[in-house]
Amino acid sequence: MATVDLKDVKKVYAGGIEAVKGVSIAIPDKELCVLVGPSGCGKSTLLRMIAGLEAISSGTVSIDGKVVNEISPTDRDIAMVFQNYALYPHMKVYDNMAYGLRNRGTPKAEIDSRVRSTAKVLELDHLLDRRPRELSGGQRQRVAMGRAIVRNPKVFLFDEPLSNLDAKLRGQMRVEIKNLQRSLGVTSVYVTHDQLEAMTLADILVVMNAGLVEQMGAPLDIYEKPASTFVASFIGAPPMNLMALGRDGGQPHLADGAKLGVEPPAAATTLGFRPEDALVLPPDAKQGGFVLPAVVEAVEPVGAESFLHCAAAGSRILVRVSGRATAKPGDKLAVAANSDKIHWFDASGKRV
Amino acid sequence: MTPRVVFPNRVLPYLLVAPQLAITLVFFYWPAGQALYQSMLKEDPFGLRSKFVWFANFEKVLSDPAYMNSIKVTTVFSLATAIVAMSVALLLAVMADKVVRGKGIYRTLMIWPYAVAPAIAGMLFLFMFNPSIGTLAVLLRKAGFAWDPLLNGTDAMMLVVTAAAWKQISYNFLFFVAGLQAIPKTLIEAAAIDGAGETKRFWTIIFPLLAPTTFFLLVINTTYAFFDTFGIIHAVTGGGPGKSTETLVYKVYNDGFVNLILGDSAAQSVILMVIVIALTAVQFRYVEKKVHYG
Repeated sequence: MATVDLKDVKKVYAGGIEAVKGVSIAIPDKELCVLVGPSGCGKSTLLRMIAGLEAISSGTVSIDGKVVNEISPTDRDIAMVFQNYALYPHMKVYDNMAYGLRNRGTPKAEIDSRVRSTAKVLELDHLLDRRPRELSGGQRQRVAMGRAIVRNPKVFLFDEPLSNLDAKLRGQMRVEIKNLQRSLGVTSVYVTHDQLEAMTLADILVVMNAGLVEQMGAPLDIYEKPASTFVASFIGAPPMNLMALGRDGGQPHLADGAKLGVEPPAAATTLGFRPEDALVLPPDAKQGGFVLPAVVEAVEPVGAESFLHCAAAGSRILVRVSGRATAKPGDKLAVAANSDKIHWFDASGKRV
Repeated sequence: MTPRVVFPNRVLPYLLVAPQLAITLVFFYWPAGQALYQSMLKEDPFGLRSKFVWFANFEKVLSDPAYMNSIKVTTVFSLATAIVAMSVALLLAVMADKVVRGKGIYRTLMIWPYAVAPAIAGMLFLFMFNPSIGTLAVLLRKAGFAWDPLLNGTDAMMLVVTAAAWKQISYNFLFFVAGLQAIPKTLIEAAAIDGAGETKRFWTIIFPLLAPTTFFLLVINTTYAFFDTFGIIHAVTGGGPGKSTETLVYKVYNDGFVNLILGDSAAQSVILMVIVIALTAVQFRYVEKKVHYG
């Protein structure tokens, strides 16, 4: 139905604070783009600029090929799901959903059939006569979704829509949003700070940091090839182990002087490997490659997997083992990683 | 429901509310009781003897055409004052909400008129609109209006309504500003995205959500117009010309303290009490239910 194009979009606030420092993203038709990043990275500001709720300082936002910088949110033909749902408290669920259609002069009969069919899809049909205060959090969330869907807009915008739900409901709604978005085929922009939501929902994942795009691409590509130490530590849970490299005398070594066992690229100053890529070996294992002697400091059993917090080569690393861990705090072991699972980053944090 | 706080001490709570109770008793229940008693007494012209006459004073007052006129005047005056004061305040509050620079100064200045005493406010308007020396009266006359509040009852009514409303606007403004700030901004944004223009947003979202504030102010403004405008009327028109601005409260004063018909005056104040109690009860019973959203 529509593409969304951001070209060098910037947001400068009155005090000279730059919230968004030049972001360009092209979202193809029917795809779901997730903006993810820590709080204050500019992702919500960017979303609000797409919605028209925030003026664009420079650059252009286009929807369906048309620059919308000067078009008010009223006329952008978008729908937004807010973090606090923003349901109209004085209106029944039915009227909440019908409000946008009425404002656009849709015939009454059509409003009725659209509201009812949307309510059916979202299993809200028995709640149409209730007011928002009589609904549970999950139901309110559905009404907010319904209000967006019923309008059949060009673009859906989601501003952390699941962050007020409990973990179980969040998981359910995540799947539901993905299915709805796919079946409706509406181009969407989704803002979240939850990397799990970002990974599972996104067609295009945009990792933002300090007003800039750190990396953009398919979620698994980003997971496998993080472009920077920031992305490496933000995407993936638990985050990637990062260890600084020393290099005096030309020989690369770790913080405590231990040899690496693998040859790093010339520019590399940081080594990284994911907890799930680490292998646990007995402490006296005679194996080539990247092997570190480590001491277990703590064990976190989760059930299907366990996390070992270890001290190795002067830093703390995290290792994931599947199932029940046999190691106990104080145990000595060796942690290894295959050379193709090791990520290298240069002094500026960029991937090498 | 908030949990109840219970005092462990049995005497302390009574001691704590005692001053308030004493004040209420001395300054409200006692005079009210006196008024009730006095409303059934008839005094001789010299105030030497009085006779218990049951409801004769009420019968006399309620069959008096001047009293009926006063009811009419009060209704017109109260409605006009409440409507003018509230709608102007709402307009100003909505506008003030849009001000970006100097919001604080703007709001502070808007509140000043509330600090002006009713009689002073009345005098201000009396001078401004005095047909012989008033600045604004001259302008009105130049604009072709035959303005004369000293002779024309409608003009006099407009004048007292203006003065009374002017004084109350600040108060209403304050509450409307607070009410507007309490409306979540995302609701307005959601409505904008839902395709509602500014005017439509106001009438479909903001105004209904302000209803609790509006209702509260309606009660306050009616009470204000009924009772607290005595000073303004006394200073500006003295109930005249004729009896065209003689509100119920003013008539109580006039009959009781000027004409010294104490029994009539007391009966009127009892009726006034009943009217206000009934009005407030009706407002709370029927209107309040419809205006609260969770």
